[in-house]
Amino acid sequence: MIWNEAKECMSREEMNALQSKRLVKTVDRIYHNVEHYRKKMQDIGLEPGDIKGIEDLHKLPFTTKSDLRDTYPFGLFAVPQSEIVRVHASSGTTGKATVVGYTRRDIEIWSECVTRAFAQAGLGREDVIQIAYGYGLFTGGLGAHYGAENLGATVVPMSTGNTKKLTTMMKDFGATAIACTPSYLLHIAETLEADGDLDKIKLKAAICGAEPWTEQMRKQVEQKLNINAFDIYGLSEVMGPGVACDCIYHKGLHVYEDHFLPEIIDPETLQPLPEGEVGELVFTTLTKEGLPLLRYRTRDLTSITYEKCECGRTLARISRFKGRSDDMLIIRGVNVFPSQIEAALLEMGETAPHYMLIVDRVNNLDSLEVQVEVDEKFFSDRISELEKLSKKIATVIQHAIGLAVKVKLVEPRSIERSMGKAVHVIDKRKLV
Amino acid sequence: MFINQLSVFIENEEGRLGKVLDILKQEDINIISLSLADSSEFGLLRMIVSDAEKGKSALRTNGFSTMLTPVLAVKLTHQVGALQNVLAEICKENINIEYTYALATGTGDASIVIKTEDLEKTAQVLKNAGVELLNF
Repeated sequence: MIWNEAKECMSREEMNALQSKRLVKTVDRIYHNVEHYRKKMQDIGLEPGDIKGIEDLHKLPFTTKSDLRDTYPFGLFAVPQSEIVRVHASSGTTGKATVVGYTRRDIEIWSECVTRAFAQAGLGREDVIQIAYGYGLFTGGLGAHYGAENLGATVVPMSTGNTKKLTTMMKDFGATAIACTPSYLLHIAETLEADGDLDKIKLKAAICGAEPWTEQMRKQVEQKLNINAFDIYGLSEVMGPGVACDCIYHKGLHVYEDHFLPEIIDPETLQPLPEGEVGELVFTTLTKEGLPLLRYRTRDLTSITYEKCECGRTLARISRFKGRSDDMLIIRGVNVFPSQIEAALLEMGETAPHYMLIVDRVNNLDSLEVQVEVDEKFFSDRISELEKLSKKIATVIQHAIGLAVKVKLVEPRSIERSMGKAVHVIDKRKLV
Repeated sequence: MFINQLSVFIENEEGRLGKVLDILKQEDINIISLSLADSSEFGLLRMIVSDAEKGKSALRTNGFSTMLTPVLAVKLTHQVGALQNVLAEICKENINIEYTYALATGTGDASIVIKTEDLEKTAQVLKNAGVELLNF
């Protein structure tokens, strides 16, 4: 079903007119309320009046994660703090979190977007939806929760961590849908299978996101659980889950572009790319009050199409993600940059040892092994000292990225040296 | 009084020990004694060799992490309780032994390598007790 037909099935002309109107207002509000943006615009001699519609979008400055970091915690908020009813935060690259804030209206719009996604997945008020994203600072849990409630469904706020309880309740409550990360869904499927419970559930749909996954993986889980699995996309900076979601035809993710204006740019030249070409996805928020963002660079690589979908929606669609324009890894839903690990290793001494990150997916859960070369300045003739070194490295890295890692000490020069850009990651998950 | 022990870090993988021995052989370095300690992931090879400095530089050239550590080589008679007698002297002084392993000398007597937290003091204690320390 289509939750908001008026918005989701607009003609391109109507949509562009609506976007233009909202963009002009957003730019005006940002200019007057956010010093950081005002300076950025002044630096390039841009005034709010120069933006007359979406055709002027390319004149606006970009926003990156570092803009959020530099103004930590609330520097980019466009409303007084008294208007903010909630904050979320994601793990930062240098220990500082990226903080996002929402007004009451932001929460309502966010909920509506997530509701659209659930409706797109064929869900409604008769459904029992288990939310198995983490609840807390992470946007996944509460974001999906509010959307499911707004839909009128019966919401079961499972959060993550207790798979047995989740599968028991899935059976006992007759849950018809689940929202979680794709890898967790596979784990749940395997648990059900191992317990011989696959035929005791009433699940019909899964809405999965917060993590890259392949089309094969999506089909695999659909088959195993005999459900429809949907791909939901979002990022906390822009809002959270529910920026885009695919429909039953699985031909790209519909972007709720009446709220989030998408662009595809060449990550090198920063020039906009035409429809269908793969580049970096950039969003400008059109209705957000708390934390409006101009041309936020997601670093996610995809392409866009404006062709009307078989489902009837006219919303722009982005293709399955093709990777990232930076080296960020998403491990168990946590954003990890190799540079964070390098910075942590630097704390061990004056120069960081050579290292390699091995990312793998074992039993459908991501694992991270950090191989560190033991050069002579770390070497000891005592096993206990070497084990202490290994533990210390693990602790330092865990503090830096918030994930438990396995450290393996390896011989010097055993990690391959590359001629050009150093390769620090081997991702065995084969996601793309 | 002290002898130089050559330590090498090796991954707990097949062929790694062989590689170290191969390098030493090519450099014509004789291994007098060897001890291999292992954890689940890595090994620590400790050796007394005919030329520790040369061995170290050869292994380094081949990319191994190495270090030279002064240790004591203690002569023992082939008698019941000989080792216990030596260790008792060290324990009396509350000196902690970090590790020890047997040393092959090719002579009639046995000997061991000892590393303690305070090598100077250990040497003094053993000398006072009339224990013979070996040199190479």
